[in-house]
Amino acid sequence: MIPNEVQAFPVVAALLNSAPDALLGGKFDRGELTLEIGAEHILGVCAFLKHEQNFVRLSTITALDWYPEEPRFEVVYHLHSPERNERLRLKSRLAEANAEIDSVTTVWRGANWYERETFDLFGVRFRNHPDLRRIMLPEDWEGYPLRKDYPVTGNRV
Amino acid sequence: MGAGDIPGVTVVETETAEQAPELDARPRRMTLNMGPQHPSTHGVLRLILDLDGETIVASQPDIGYLHTGIEKEFEVKNYQQGVTLTDRIDYLAPLSNNLCYCLAVEKLLAIEIPPMAQWTRVMLTELTRLNSHLVWLGTHAIDIGAMSVFLYCFREREDILRIFEMYSGQRMMTSYFRIGGLALEPPRGWQKRTKSFIDVFPSRVDEYEELLTNNRIWIGRTQGVGRISLEDMLDLGVTGPMLRAAGLKWDMRKSQPYSSYEKLDFEVPTRTENDVYARYLVRIEEMRQSARIVKQALEGMPEGRWTADAPHIVLPDREKMKTQMEALIYHFKIVTEGFRVPAGEVYQTIESPRGEVGYYVVSDGTANPYRVHVRGPSFGNLQAVPCMIQGTLIADVIASIGSMDFVLGDADR
Repeated sequence: MIPNEVQAFPVVAALLNSAPDALLGGKFDRGELTLEIGAEHILGVCAFLKHEQNFVRLSTITALDWYPEEPRFEVVYHLHSPERNERLRLKSRLAEANAEIDSVTTVWRGANWYERETFDLFGVRFRNHPDLRRIMLPEDWEGYPLRKDYPVTGNRV
Repeated sequence: MGAGDIPGVTVVETETAEQAPELDARPRRMTLNMGPQHPSTHGVLRLILDLDGETIVASQPDIGYLHTGIEKEFEVKNYQQGVTLTDRIDYLAPLSNNLCYCLAVEKLLAIEIPPMAQWTRVMLTELTRLNSHLVWLGTHAIDIGAMSVFLYCFREREDILRIFEMYSGQRMMTSYFRIGGLALEPPRGWQKRTKSFIDVFPSRVDEYEELLTNNRIWIGRTQGVGRISLEDMLDLGVTGPMLRAAGLKWDMRKSQPYSSYEKLDFEVPTRTENDVYARYLVRIEEMRQSARIVKQALEGMPEGRWTADAPHIVLPDREKMKTQMEALIYHFKIVTEGFRVPAGEVYQTIESPRGEVGYYVVSDGTANPYRVHVRGPSFGNLQAVPCMIQGTLIADVIASIGSMDFVLGDADR
């Protein structure tokens, strides 16, 4: 399930030790480490990585839309530790019917705008977010432009 | 100064004396709308300020006025066409964005870029850093009231834009870096032009410093202003010179070198005062270091091709295309379909003039990117505005946000 080369990373070993259920998979490709995290564990894993593993920086949060596959959405977190000089990517899959995941604003305050952006453009909701409003588009905009079933051109009717 | 006297600032809502007769006895609370057309917000930033007298109680940045859906646009362009979109994200540092996007796609393709192209990329991105810092210095100084610095900065910026024009035919939207190398062979006479600029540039930096560094008004307006702790900045996603002015020696050109930066000799300037003045000193020193890098690249420029040896990605020379069947086929394929990129994902970061630029490129094996997400440094930096200006005077807001050096195109994309 989790390849040996991924398990060899100290951060993965530590994570397997503290929260073995959270880690669903991982890969090491083109020099970048990606871990797949169960959506219900994301808050705990992020708190662990920040406080115990020194990933003090959250570079960005975004999402991928794998329409028409299900679970459709994948929320992607890019973490960075200047001290360890390491980067780490976390991914969580979400079904369209329940596109909701815990907000990590309590771990990094900077997650606020990235989660708002992801909500604005993908329609993924973040539980317990302090201010989940659209950030790029006007408040009354309909639809979520970065979804794959949203057209690139055309008139609004 | 009353709020109504500041150009671009309008009073949105105040309590009138009839509604609250006891109001005269206590400081007046009001909400001010600043921007999005305010000249000091460098684009279209809107700030909603809650004031108690002249002190800021709370503030809320409102962005999105320049949102153009660039990330969606990437998905309907082929990889090479995507380069032109990257220019338009951070329009003061187009080549930094070109570079980051190209590096990301090249990482997916696993192709090797010849040293000559790498060094040219370094040289031109450092000139971009100078360009960006010059615009920042000129406008920041004008915001604070030093008019003349602007003219000096734009004099040198013009020289840099002429160099860009010489290389790419464009002053701003250069699109000069392409996946697989450079768009064109470096033009004849580039050494002479670049050398004549870079030889005098350090003395120009001395001129700016003469105008500002010991200027009592400048010091009075900037020293001790715009403080925000390093922990807060890291937590809120701030990157770049802001962190270095707070003492964190972190620069991706050193910590995760790309495009041959490891072969060049330069320092990463830091300060510990963590105020607007320290950020000014850090950027001034960065300009001197960038000039050093440009000089080294100029003197040590390797010989060789400007594109990678990858005929299915790089367009063939015009001459070959007209005389060789194979080259003609490649040309046709690249122009009509583009090139396929192996499935996978990469997050490539570089140190832009403003901080961490990151391109997250996901490929599904076709000729169009499945998704491109751009992490612009301005977006992260702007998040720290409320934390930085809370409790300060409204007169210091302009100096504080100016020291962040954001570009709204970069934040809104």
